[in-house]
Amino acid sequence: MYKFYKYNIMKKIIVSIFLLMPLVSFTQNKLKGMIMDKENKKSNLGLYGANVHWLKTTVGAVTNENGAFEIAYKEEYKRLVVSFVGYKTDTLTITSLEPVRHFLTPEGTLDEIVIINKRKAIQKSFIQTQNTFTVNKDELLKAACCNLSESFETNPSIDVSFSDAISGTKQIQMLGLTSPYLLFNQENIPSIRGASQAFGLTFTPGTWVESIQITKGAGSVVNGYESISGQINAELVKPFSDDKLFVNAYSSLNGRLELNTHVNQKLSEKWHTGVYIHGNYRGEKFDENNDNFLDAPIANQINVMNRWQYTDAEKGWISFVNFRYLKDKKQMGEINFDHSNDKGSSSIWGSEIKTRRFESSAKLGYVFPELPFQSFGLQFAYSNHNQDSYFGLNEYNINHESVYGNLLFNSIIGDTRNKFKTGISFSYDKYLELVNHNNYNRYEDSFGVFFEYAYDNLDNFSFTAGVRIDSHNFLGTFVTPRLHVRYVPWTDAVLRASIGKGRRSANIFAENQKYFASSRQVKIDNNDGNVYGVSPEIAWNFGLSYLQKFKLFERNGDVTVDFYRTDFSNQVVVDLENPQEISFYNLNGESKAGSFQIEVNYELLERLNLRTAYKYYDVFTDYKSGKYQKPIQAKQRFFANVSYDTALTLENSQWKFDLTFNLIGKQRLPNTALNPVQYQLPEYSNSYSLLNSQVTRVFSKRFEMYSGVENLTNYKQKNPILASDNPFGANFDTTIVYAPIFGRSVYLGVRFKLY
Amino acid sequence: MKKGLLIIFTVLLTVSVNAQKKKKNAKVSIEVDGVCMMCKKRIETAALKTKGVKFASWNVKTHALSLIIDERKTDIKTVQKNVASVGHDTKAIKATEKQYNSVHPCCKYREDKVIEDHKNEGKKKS
Repeated sequence: MYKFYKYNIMKKIIVSIFLLMPLVSFTQNKLKGMIMDKENKKSNLGLYGANVHWLKTTVGAVTNENGAFEIAYKEEYKRLVVSFVGYKTDTLTITSLEPVRHFLTPEGTLDEIVIINKRKAIQKSFIQTQNTFTVNKDELLKAACCNLSESFETNPSIDVSFSDAISGTKQIQMLGLTSPYLLFNQENIPSIRGASQAFGLTFTPGTWVESIQITKGAGSVVNGYESISGQINAELVKPFSDDKLFVNAYSSLNGRLELNTHVNQKLSEKWHTGVYIHGNYRGEKFDENNDNFLDAPIANQINVMNRWQYTDAEKGWISFVNFRYLKDKKQMGEINFDHSNDKGSSSIWGSEIKTRRFESSAKLGYVFPELPFQSFGLQFAYSNHNQDSYFGLNEYNINHESVYGNLLFNSIIGDTRNKFKTGISFSYDKYLELVNHNNYNRYEDSFGVFFEYAYDNLDNFSFTAGVRIDSHNFLGTFVTPRLHVRYVPWTDAVLRASIGKGRRSANIFAENQKYFASSRQVKIDNNDGNVYGVSPEIAWNFGLSYLQKFKLFERNGDVTVDFYRTDFSNQVVVDLENPQEISFYNLNGESKAGSFQIEVNYELLERLNLRTAYKYYDVFTDYKSGKYQKPIQAKQRFFANVSYDTALTLENSQWKFDLTFNLIGKQRLPNTALNPVQYQLPEYSNSYSLLNSQVTRVFSKRFEMYSGVENLTNYKQKNPILASDNPFGANFDTTIVYAPIFGRSVYLGVRFKLY
Repeated sequence: MKKGLLIIFTVLLTVSVNAQKKKKNAKVSIEVDGVCMMCKKRIETAALKTKGVKFASWNVKTHALSLIIDERKTDIKTVQKNVASVGHDTKAIKATEKQYNSVHPCCKYREDKVIEDHKNEGKKKS
């Protein structure tokens, strides 16, 4: 190969000299033509320096900067050989002097498919300015099941825990703060917010997710002002790239059944469409801890999405249109509760949550074909979220209608070392809420402009500075600055720093609706704010992160040390320190969340990877009764994940093993000293460990089976429901949950695809 | 006759080239020798640091450096000179021995052994 290459260079030089004297050689006929790159068809870029010669002769030519060539022609020349390093050599048959236009195919395009498989399941970016990492499909498959809230269980930066003792819902937190302070985007459109805050993560089936990008710290201004401790973006599968047919069925021994079907269809060169259907069902009643309450709700969900994708690569247009409908129903509470008879009963405690949601979004993107660094994007989203629910005798209904729009322009200043994004965005949210007999109706609208400048010296330094100005009917007019800096101090190391401000209006009922499943009385103090009488939440977030790659015993590894801190200048404090009350009030004093994390990734042996992390959180708030650590928050956590894949065989079959260990330190429990002795809890919970495992058998590219065990050590919280014997009494509480409610649980699933 | 036509054609071509306005966003592609992703970074950086170069992307497989340049401010020759000065040969301008020696040992694209070592470059994730 390289000899051939050398030979070509020699020949190119000779031919170049030959070409430099065109006037000498005009006595013959000439064949003209142009050689282009097949991979880059739309750019119409000619290949400079491609070789053209007549088969079995020494008559040749080399293309110029535009890919054009001229070659001497004689009638006996019939076969023209076109070659270029890195491309497949083509031989063309020439019968006339008509100009030739030919596309060369790059070599090795087939091999690239293999690479995708080898890509790391979690990619820590070395180059990006922000502390962002991407979780791709491989990693998502390691999670036992089944929706977005459970997708993070193998990820050390995000902590997953049960949100309460009855709904079976998991909540996630990052940097010691739970999801309202994290901004969730679905394909860069803010999605899990407002009414969907509590259960939104369970409304995105895991198989719909193509990849997740997690940004620690304030994040970019492009997606709004609401993010405080981080941004999580979920990219969904796309009709163009998703498998033609995909079926996934899952069943766990504790009665959960899930079915996912994707069907994608190519309609024309430019149009693709896909239909994605998810259903889950849990009909069996379980009460393993004998507290007379269901350990998990009986539930069903139908979730349907239809996507349309338009791609015109030549002209640079891309567009998506999505429609989605969701219907979810959960019944919780005492085991013999029958919702048709016992609703409103004050002897049998039960609860139902019925959710219907419709959403639609449209995106349009345009990349200037002549200027690959310049583009614009337009996004529109509409959603209507409707929840009707009751928790014992507490009634809670919410309807949230939301409209969002964003127009974005990307370009450069001078050259691609200086990039900028600028645009405008608006949002409109209408809330109709009913809490027992009180209506809380309101609408919020905001309009903002943003500008983000990114500099990269292409070597060891880059930064992104963004600012946005928004005008909001309750939050007022305000400025949101964000800054991210990246510096490479020495080889294979990256130092990152970030600072940013975030602001949001708290949806106190929607976010804290789990407390309706308790006897706590709602108290709202401070009647000077606009929303519910409380003021907007405002916080600064600072962060420092250091990543060092290393090689030990010829194997790759990396260490990351993160330090982040969120400093609230105002927060709507959720005070649980009186066991009979939940009170909301504006922060008076300090509220800070500090987090420290050290994470090590190392390849122990070929295809045997270890990921391990130690985390320390210091999250405290000035409550009315004093300064305390945030309740139900472990100060220390340890995480380890080991994964092993066998080598891929020729038939593409493979075994994959995965084991995740979590050690959760002791957690401060909300004060229960005012309760009767039998309903008092200790000040701290015990520390405990959790173990999950999964085995996947890939039979071929089309079919795989997986099975796993969750909570292998069978650790359970003894009495997750306080006063479960007297749910209508004054001490009933389902929200003090610090450990798993289910014991060991085995599951099995299959995946089938046609591509 | 043929000769005459060709001369006329050449003259016309020259005239038309000269008459062509210098484009603000001219798309050009040149061949630059190199072997690996390290070379890619070095080549693109050298190209981008040339005043008037807005966009540079070098393909490790094809050795093609795609550029978008402001022809009022720069020309291909300047880019080639700058790329050569960090050690990478182009068609028109070759790097001097000293410039060539400044590249990392694994990037010595003039050596057969190095070319062989990087045969699969661009196929694996850098």
